[in-house]
Amino acid sequence: MDASSETGYRKPLPEMEPEEKPFWESLRQHRMKIQHCEDCGKWCFLPRTMCPHCLSTKLEWKPVSGRGRIFATTTQHHPPSPAFAQDVPYNISLVELDEGVRMITNVIGCPVESIKIGMAVNVVYDDVTEDVTLAKFRPAGV
Amino acid sequence: MGNLRGKYAIVGIGETKSGKLPGVSTLALHTEAVKRAMDDAGLRPDEIDGMLDNQPLHDPFRNYSIVVAHALGISPTYSTDLALGGATPVQMAQHAAMAIDAGLATAVACVHARNSASLHLLPKNGVGCTRAYHGGVRDGADDFEDPFGLMAGPGTHAFLASRHMHDFGTTSEDLGQIAVSARRHANLNRSATMYAKPLTIEDHQRSRFISEPLRLLDCSLVSDGGGAFIVVSAERAKDLKKKPVYIHGMGNHQPFSSLNDAESLTTLGGKVSSDMAYRMAGLGPKDMDFAELYDCFTITTLITLEDYGFCPKGEGGRWIQGGRIEIGGELPVNTHGGLLSHAHLEGVAHITEAVKQLRGGEVEPERQVADAKVGIVSGHGGYASTHTTIILSNEQA
Repeated sequence: MDASSETGYRKPLPEMEPEEKPFWESLRQHRMKIQHCEDCGKWCFLPRTMCPHCLSTKLEWKPVSGRGRIFATTTQHHPPSPAFAQDVPYNISLVELDEGVRMITNVIGCPVESIKIGMAVNVVYDDVTEDVTLAKFRPAGV
Repeated sequence: MGNLRGKYAIVGIGETKSGKLPGVSTLALHTEAVKRAMDDAGLRPDEIDGMLDNQPLHDPFRNYSIVVAHALGISPTYSTDLALGGATPVQMAQHAAMAIDAGLATAVACVHARNSASLHLLPKNGVGCTRAYHGGVRDGADDFEDPFGLMAGPGTHAFLASRHMHDFGTTSEDLGQIAVSARRHANLNRSATMYAKPLTIEDHQRSRFISEPLRLLDCSLVSDGGGAFIVVSAERAKDLKKKPVYIHGMGNHQPFSSLNDAESLTTLGGKVSSDMAYRMAGLGPKDMDFAELYDCFTITTLITLEDYGFCPKGEGGRWIQGGRIEIGGELPVNTHGGLLSHAHLEGVAHITEAVKQLRGGEVEPERQVADAKVGIVSGHGGYASTHTTIILSNEQA
């Protein structure tokens, strides 16, 4: 998907493969859902048509807690594209949800220097365009 | 299952100039590198029947191996483009040996070349590896990375570094030592981009953060240039011009497809890959006289040293100190200066350098590893998701 010229949002947006759409739709509704395998009981992320653990196709989209902890983190000081030039320094983290899956995100709402591995974070929904909401995180209790 | 130990050999190597080479096409770099490798081996185009290349994502082309082959008068019976990112050159050596063993070819030319630096592919104010740089080809899980501004190698490798620091107490100064050691070797290598440009830990610590905790001087160069090598059977190698360098061990491991899926960020594919290679070779880390380890970032080298068993997991930051990984030390690493200080040729120069070290007398005497008999070479690519290993020796058995 191209960046929307109407809203002036210039950062990359997801292409949204068919199997990803329920994920993005759940974010748009500010109620994040992740695939859960009804056969082996594992949570699955990234979105797929088959459970990578047992190859079952019985993947149900289920709401998740939106709580997690920072597993790895970086402060980006050099913009990887001009679209991020206004944002540096900004945080990118790999957050492990309480359900056990990990997702790449931005931790926001606090000074970048304060962001550490192990920190508890909660999801916040960033409606970046009319069609796309990104799941970002902020420190729990902020 | 057959063991290919000692059955195949690298018999010719070729390198173009590297650095910034404006006005030279992608194809011209490929053909120059292969021509030099053929000349080095004493092989004519009609004696080469295999061609492997590292898919030129920066200048996208389909079926590129055929383009390179026919530009050189080679009509291959076995050819393909390989695409494991920086793990590809090592993978090419493995595929060449496998193809010859399968009877599909008798002499395989393997080539990597890029003119990334002078094509100005990097977005203004940007760093490499974005989708634009990859000619629109997707990499990893772009939909779940790019929107957050994780679009390049420094960010993903900063995740690895942050976790290594958190789990093991590794410091930025530890990583800096890898950059300093690589630079010392480059300062002895007249063909290195950073020849005659010394580097201290203080310089490293003063360099700005790109993706914290990684600084500018933790990052490799962006380079134009190419390298090639030719693989034949040990039998065929006997009557060629140069001393053969035998492939004793091979390994691969691709433990995840994106960082979302990675079980560990501090043990990567190098653990399984090196175990495979050691087993095939009947050798272990203590047998290695030197190591040419993929170094897109300093953290990559550190994790590979641990995964390869040169030191216990987590102790890399301490282990590399005091010249241990420099010429004259216990395990000279990246004796040409690596991607950090020689040139970023996606690891093909790690292979050509290993061959030169094992032939002897082909590098500046100050950076020749004394009595080098066995060396290990790693490749690493994707978003830290691909890994390849070969063990090379100047003795057949």
